[in-house]
Amino acid sequence: MTTTTARPVQQRPAPGSVRRTAAALEYWLVQYRTVWRGTVVSGVLTPVLFLTAMGVGLGALVDDAGRLGGEYLLFLAPGLMAATAMQTAEFESTYPVMGGIKWIRTYHAMLATPLGVADILLGHLLFVALRVLSVASIYLLVIALFGAAPSWLALAAVPAALLTGMAFSAPIFAFSAGNENDAGFAALERFVIVPLFLFSGTFFPVSQLPDAIEWVAYVTPLWHGVELCRGLVLGTAELGVSVAHVGYLTVCTVVGVAAAYETFRRRLEKTG
Amino acid sequence: MIHARGLTKRFGEFTAVDGIDVDVLRGEAFGFLGPNGAGKSSTMRMIGCVSPPSAGTLRILGMDPAADGPAIRARLGVVPQQDTLDLELTVRENLLIYGRYFGLSRALVRERADELLDFVQLTDRAKDKVEPLSGGMKRRLTIARSLINDPEILLLDEPTTGLDPQARHTLWDRLFRLKQRGVTLVLTTHYMDEAEQLCDRLVVMDKGRFVAEGSPRELIARYSTREVLELRFRADEDISVYGEKLAGLVERIEVLPDRLLLYTDNGDRTTEEVHARGVRPAGTLVRRSTLEDVFLRLTGRTLVD
Ligand SMILES: Nc1ncnc2c1ncn2[C@@H]1O[C@H](COP(=O)(O)OP(=O)(O)OP(=O)(O)O)[C@@H](O)[C@H]1O
Ligand SMILES: [Mg+2]
Repeated sequence: MTTTTARPVQQRPAPGSVRRTAAALEYWLVQYRTVWRGTVVSGVLTPVLFLTAMGVGLGALVDDAGRLGGEYLLFLAPGLMAATAMQTAEFESTYPVMGGIKWIRTYHAMLATPLGVADILLGHLLFVALRVLSVASIYLLVIALFGAAPSWLALAAVPAALLTGMAFSAPIFAFSAGNENDAGFAALERFVIVPLFLFSGTFFPVSQLPDAIEWVAYVTPLWHGVELCRGLVLGTAELGVSVAHVGYLTVCTVVGVAAAYETFRRRLEKTG
Repeated sequence: MIHARGLTKRFGEFTAVDGIDVDVLRGEAFGFLGPNGAGKSSTMRMIGCVSPPSAGTLRILGMDPAADGPAIRARLGVVPQQDTLDLELTVRENLLIYGRYFGLSRALVRERADELLDFVQLTDRAKDKVEPLSGGMKRRLTIARSLINDPEILLLDEPTTGLDPQARHTLWDRLFRLKQRGVTLVLTTHYMDEAEQLCDRLVVMDKGRFVAEGSPRELIARYSTREVLELRFRADEDISVYGEKLAGLVERIEVLPDRLLLYTDNGDRTTEEVHARGVRPAGTLVRRSTLEDVFLRLTGRTLVD
């Protein structure tokens, strides 16, 4: 029946911020261990199904029409890769964040330890980054197996997809922490994610859209992610344009992180 | 260990904690006793360095929470009012990951986790998910978890609320052992028996302020009489009538919805006097004064509502 060392205790210094963030990340990894199998299966199945049905099947029709000026599979695949990064980020940044605040209350458990709001936020964002990274890597691998990655530059599409994912993850963290309950998530999916998925140049060039909507597409982070990934996977990327895309996505990420920090701080201080 | 002056917590216009002064010494068990909404949890969250004070000074272990939050929390153990266990993880995993938040090595955390599971008698449930555990087991796990960093101060916010009597006694026993080992205990409760059992010193809190302070004995001696005579009546009777009939018999009479409390130094003699005045209650009980009586005296309300 002995536990804990004898008094007086030796004083242990509190861990520094890198170790605190790493510990927060570790929680999400431990948690992920219970579900990883399913995510790997869907990580492989999603690109295989999409590229087969739309890239190869639908693609044959599009190519016959001959208006795209290139193979549809090659056009589609990198766009889907970016869009999937967005969806993964959305999935990982909504319910789990609400859970950390309200249902499982993980964030509150962490706050009672040396971990602070910044550590908790960054640790969780890092986990989302790892998830997006793995999903994007699998996607690229499948694209390559479909013979749709003609350039070595394609490898750079993985970090590009990661950045695309984070440009969504960070602001969605802020959104999730600012919501009282999960009712807003269905709206986010319906009115933001699905329209972006369909109209940000993933399936067809945005130049096909009416002018007014075309301009909306240019503002959305997904369009930048799609264009960036497409240029890299096909090896047609121009430096200046790519830098502009990266810059835009980085701004979305940084602003999102700042907003998320502020909403996290307020929300976590309020709810006990 | 803990030093607060004029400690205040406001939520907008509302003042939840209203300028309290507290000093907790090393090794003592200090309690906040008060009804729902008294401001106990708000106080605990400030002491736990997760909720910044709106006003006043606060020093924990000689440090300022605003500047040294992580360093202070590294030396605290916290049992929150509402459990924050991860129900999807196993009992043991909950301890392991929590230890990592304190920057402890995996090996050390594993060793501590096993000791602590033993301490709270959950060794045989180590590999089970937390979800199906009983309320008492979850509470014990939360206590084990709060000890993973070998804390100097343990903050317990209503550690036994909602548990059955047996589970409560098991928990009290564990807490008592921790105290013997020199851990400073700070707890909130709205159970007077818990406060009497565990606390060396306590404050009675109501509406964000302290209404009394002292050891359980001192408080009872100061604010109540040695004994209490409880008179119960049938539900259809108007109790206040009896209150008037008995007026002046003892120094103080409390009229509750279902009974009369007569504060006296000799319960048996008072019982006879009650009968002599022609009052025939359905039941009588002579008991010792408790903190409940102190609370009633100080606030005019009962503790558990
Ligand atoms: N985040 C908050 N925002 C607004 N009001 C709050 C908040 N937290 C607590 N309060 C209010 O402050 C008062 C004190 O609450 P607190 O939780 O500290 O009481 P308590 O003594 O712990 O009560 P209980 O026994 O019910 O746990 C209550 O009236 C409560 O509604
Ligand atoms: Mg409370």
